[in-house]
Amino acid sequence: MAGALLGAPQPWYKPRVSEPSPPTLELRGVSKNFGSVQALQEVDFEVRDGEVMALVGDNGAGKSTLIKCVAGIYSIDGGEILFDGRRVTIHGPKDAAKLGIEVVYQDLALCDNLDVVQNMYLGREERDFFFRLKESPMEQKTAETLASLSVTTIRSVRQPVATLSGGQRQSVAVARSVMWNNRVVFLDEPTAALGVAQTRQVLALVKRLAEQGIAVVLVSHNLVDVFEVADRISVLRLGRNIGVYERDKTNQQEIVQAITFGAAHEETEVAT
Amino acid sequence: MAAAAEDASLGGLLRARWEAFKGGDVGSAPVIVGVIAITIFFTSKSSIFFTAVNFSNLIQQMAGVTVIAIGVVFVLLIGEIDLSIGYVSGLAGVIVAELQVPGSSHDYPGLIALAAAIGAGAAIGALQGSFVALIGVPSFVVTLAGLLIWQGVILKALGSEGVIGIQDHQINDVANYVLTKNTGWIVAIVFSVGYALAVFGTYLSRRRAGLPAGNVIVALARVVFFGGLAFAAVAVCNHYRGVPLVGLIVLFLTVLGAYVAGRTTFGRHVYAVGGNAEAARRAGINVKLIRIFVFMISGSMAAMGGIIFASRLNSVDLTAGGGTILLDSISAAVIGGVSLFGGRGRVSGALFGGLIIGMIANGIDLVGYTDAVKFITTGVILLAAVTLDTVARRRQAAAGR
Repeated sequence: MAGALLGAPQPWYKPRVSEPSPPTLELRGVSKNFGSVQALQEVDFEVRDGEVMALVGDNGAGKSTLIKCVAGIYSIDGGEILFDGRRVTIHGPKDAAKLGIEVVYQDLALCDNLDVVQNMYLGREERDFFFRLKESPMEQKTAETLASLSVTTIRSVRQPVATLSGGQRQSVAVARSVMWNNRVVFLDEPTAALGVAQTRQVLALVKRLAEQGIAVVLVSHNLVDVFEVADRISVLRLGRNIGVYERDKTNQQEIVQAITFGAAHEETEVAT
Repeated sequence: MAAAAEDASLGGLLRARWEAFKGGDVGSAPVIVGVIAITIFFTSKSSIFFTAVNFSNLIQQMAGVTVIAIGVVFVLLIGEIDLSIGYVSGLAGVIVAELQVPGSSHDYPGLIALAAAIGAGAAIGALQGSFVALIGVPSFVVTLAGLLIWQGVILKALGSEGVIGIQDHQINDVANYVLTKNTGWIVAIVFSVGYALAVFGTYLSRRRAGLPAGNVIVALARVVFFGGLAFAAVAVCNHYRGVPLVGLIVLFLTVLGAYVAGRTTFGRHVYAVGGNAEAARRAGINVKLIRIFVFMISGSMAAMGGIIFASRLNSVDLTAGGGTILLDSISAAVIGGVSLFGGRGRVSGALFGGLIIGMIANGIDLVGYTDAVKFITTGVILLAAVTLDTVARRRQAAAGR
């Protein structure tokens, strides 16, 4: 094992004091089987308010399964999920939404033909008792939310999402997750398929989410991105916990080893 | 800050419009060009085309197809298709005719017959929509089956006689009643004032909210233009017999449809389902219910169109719902700028598309060309409209990435 080499300190990074309060979201010994395949085996996971927790692992490590368990798409076969220290059961997407858990999926789930405001409010439109949409308040709130996250590149909130760049689209999807007072936001590969400048834009947005006090879980293959924004890093491998690493007490090499540990006969190449 | 620096001067708006045009959003330009070109062409060929009499005729001729096309717009918006509308409209005509047969056991007042026919259209839509939404059968197949089934039902219902005359005056008034001249003027006033209130109401509420409200001169120009159009149309109609009631019905249904599609949560969800059904589902929208409702709208609009056809002829016969009704209605929606790929287009497109189809049919009949010319012309225009839509879509996608 490589020693605990410290990476070069990042200027923006400030260590967070560990709080005595329970984690916002905590998984204890969670298991999930698909037939004989154990997708998750007694996995522990936690994320706290105002923190960016990275969730990394190779393909098939169980990252997507973990997200879907928390999002209510899968039910768990064992273990428990705690929210603010209280035990909760998540039976469906509605339960997750009620708790304030939002997942921004990789394929964004935006409607190309609708504009930014319409996408931000999709399914939660404000209306009066004639079922008439209240456009002005929705447009104002959208502009405010984007401004609070310093998303400045979108020229008009009334332009269709189809006309936005990949980074702008991702920004809209992420911004939508903060507009509904969500406590925990899962970002599934938010920088995949983005260019360099757009990746920076989205990573900056991830940091601002955490600064607003939201517990952010960043699922990514890209360790450069992870090391840029994450406070802590959880490593999964073949459905099991490998460990949780503090960003300023580890380095990429150690994480790569954790991801591929004991996998000498398997593919040795890991996305970095 | 987002959206703060929008240029609301006239020059800025023109530039923005031009940019949108280049980006694939052609707006209503093709329709306006088409209407002007068709008018010039047929006016040069026939002395009757550009007259008050023919204008009244045109309104009555295009009404049925336009009303059906409004329903088609909704179906196309969710990215589905409804091929049964032709014979659903025919069936509605048969129902209306059957329910008013004098001296029979089913001789009901006209309004009840009308309501029953529209209800039947909605029920058929709900049935077909359920197959599409709940079971997942492609709408093309479900409504193709519907096309055959409802045609069969019509043939069976009309039986050996093959024709039912309509004597009920309420039913016949739908397509044939003409408003008195003064009522026509009142309609023009109500329409203009209502439109002005809507435009300026939006403008003021957006300004009060501190949002980009657009240019007040443009808003004024729109009110003057459409208000003027309303008064001009009434003036022309009054020059002959007066405004046909059916024109008012078409206008009312178009405005109602546009309101539902553009201003309500339901309409927003229709666009969302057409744009990205999976995104809509994840956002908590009941996609299945939306699909069923949309097919119900399509069915009931088809029924209303069928009532107009039956009322106009004062009868239904074995050809009810057949001919070019289905293709004309879908063409009208597509020519009006509604995308076959779902999620793009407006309800008002049905009115403009219906106008273009109606003008071509009317003009070709007047000039004395054969049906062959009519079919070829309509086909070419339809192809042009779909090509335009496809190119626009590609350009818009290219502008994004």
